[in-house]
Amino acid sequence: MKPHELQERRWAWLFLAPCLLGLLIFTYLPILASLGLSFSYWNLLGVPQFVGVQNYTAVLNDPLFWRSFGTTWIFVLVSGALELVLSLWLAVWLNRALRGQSFFRAAYFLPFITPMVSVSLVWGWLYDPSYGLFNWLLQQAHLIDKSIPWLYDPKTALWAVMILRVWKDIGYNMVIFLAGLQTVPPSLYESAHLDGATGWQTFWRVTLPMITPTLFFVGIMTLINGFQAFDSVYLLTQGGPEHSTELLVYWMFKNAFEFYKIGPASAIAYILFMTILALTLLQWQLRKRWVMYEDETA
Amino acid sequence: MMQSVRWKNAGIMLLMATGAVLMLLPFWVMVITSLVGPDEVFQMPPRLWPSRWHWENYGRLFQQAPMALYFFNSVLVSVVTTVGHVLFSAMAAYAFSRLQFPHKNKLFFVFLMTMMVPPQVNIVPLFFLMKTFHWLDSYAALIVPGLFGAFGVFMLRQWFNGLPRELEEAARMDGCNPWQIFWRIALPLATPALAALAIFVFINTWNSFMWPLIVTNSESMRTLPVGIATLKGSFRDTTDWTVLMAAATLSILPVIAVFLMGQKQFMQGLLSGGVKE
Repeated sequence: MKPHELQERRWAWLFLAPCLLGLLIFTYLPILASLGLSFSYWNLLGVPQFVGVQNYTAVLNDPLFWRSFGTTWIFVLVSGALELVLSLWLAVWLNRALRGQSFFRAAYFLPFITPMVSVSLVWGWLYDPSYGLFNWLLQQAHLIDKSIPWLYDPKTALWAVMILRVWKDIGYNMVIFLAGLQTVPPSLYESAHLDGATGWQTFWRVTLPMITPTLFFVGIMTLINGFQAFDSVYLLTQGGPEHSTELLVYWMFKNAFEFYKIGPASAIAYILFMTILALTLLQWQLRKRWVMYEDETA
Repeated sequence: MMQSVRWKNAGIMLLMATGAVLMLLPFWVMVITSLVGPDEVFQMPPRLWPSRWHWENYGRLFQQAPMALYFFNSVLVSVVTTVGHVLFSAMAAYAFSRLQFPHKNKLFFVFLMTMMVPPQVNIVPLFFLMKTFHWLDSYAALIVPGLFGAFGVFMLRQWFNGLPRELEEAARMDGCNPWQIFWRIALPLATPALAALAIFVFINTWNSFMWPLIVTNSESMRTLPVGIATLKGSFRDTTDWTVLMAAATLSILPVIAVFLMGQKQFMQGLLSGGVKE
């Protein structure tokens, strides 16, 4: 080996060292420790004891886990679907030369960058049964007779959390969709127009097939992000009423830091991890079948 | 035909505008509620404009909670995390883009794999790691785990790959070592990408809640989101919404400022990690 090659190697390790060590210590080590803890009993003192799949059987036999798991799926799917449809609709219209385009983009994007804690507080106030603006507006519009106790009724609390999520994330999806729409060659729209296609036909036959890669990316991200929700639940409902908003991360947090059940909490963490991983892989598999067009240059 | 298209466009505009009002309404309510008098908060219909501007709500906020300290903690943690995160990402990205070393592709894969691990999944063992390090309730716990991430490495590597190599070759001929080339030539050329990543990391760190909530204990170590959550929890019978909304307003100002300063870079950064895989 030539001396300068050897030297370049040394430099490379120097460049890589901080990030590599950091990721090993703060990502790889914890994910392995998490796996280990999920098979252990640990009372926070002394050494964790190996107990096999006991934590997993305990978790899987706990109706509250299944409740949380189901709630999380509803949360992810319903709010995710709403987000996808609304943000795609916004992006399609904002992609055209519309007056006030940049204002609209900024307005829809603003919630995405603001702290969830702060906006959760505001939404808690807006949802207030006695003095909240939402109930007042709905009553003025004669959509409801008496005010809805959004956060205090098991039937509506999850909706309240989902609406907040849609409001917060819609702008992010919209921006990604806008970028995807930019990659559609204008000539396709022109020929569709010449063939006399209606707006709907153009959307279904041209726009949608052309942006499937983007749709996949946004779909994966929306699902994954949904599974990680925590802040809004912690601030608005604390998982209640009657466990109706106990999302998985919150349930794990409670097990670990309120009940000090580290083993079960780690098992929940791993179930969450595997769910997200499976989703990601599944989407990647499906992608091969679904995606009709892919920008090779991208 | 033209007539109907125009009507349709007007309808779309109206829908868009209504949507935008709904998007901004919570911010409006937040700012106005932070400025109305205590008597006006519980008034029906809800006030969307104060009869008098009660700036003293902000004064009361600072009396009720050590807001200045929370603010300082948040600024310190966010700035240090951002600077470190961007620097370490750029270093690794540069190595992957320009330097030759064994198992390069495998190592890059090791980096990328970490993006599949949601941070919440790691939070329990990470907490005990902090405990082992005796880092709980310290700036180290708030900052150090946030210094490393694969997303920035991935994004900046793309950027370095796109830079012409001529300048770097010339510097090498002049006897510069790889660090000098990186520091003086590659890094300045990557400013837009660095800015994008910096804004991204800053906003993420500023907004982060679960991690600071878990690793901080004493009042003096709380970041702004944790401080605000505690403030809310401290109200028993009636919540002082004016004070809470004042805190919320203050907490979103820095992210909005940072976002407005670098909106273009931020959007580009978002997209470089997004659509272009």
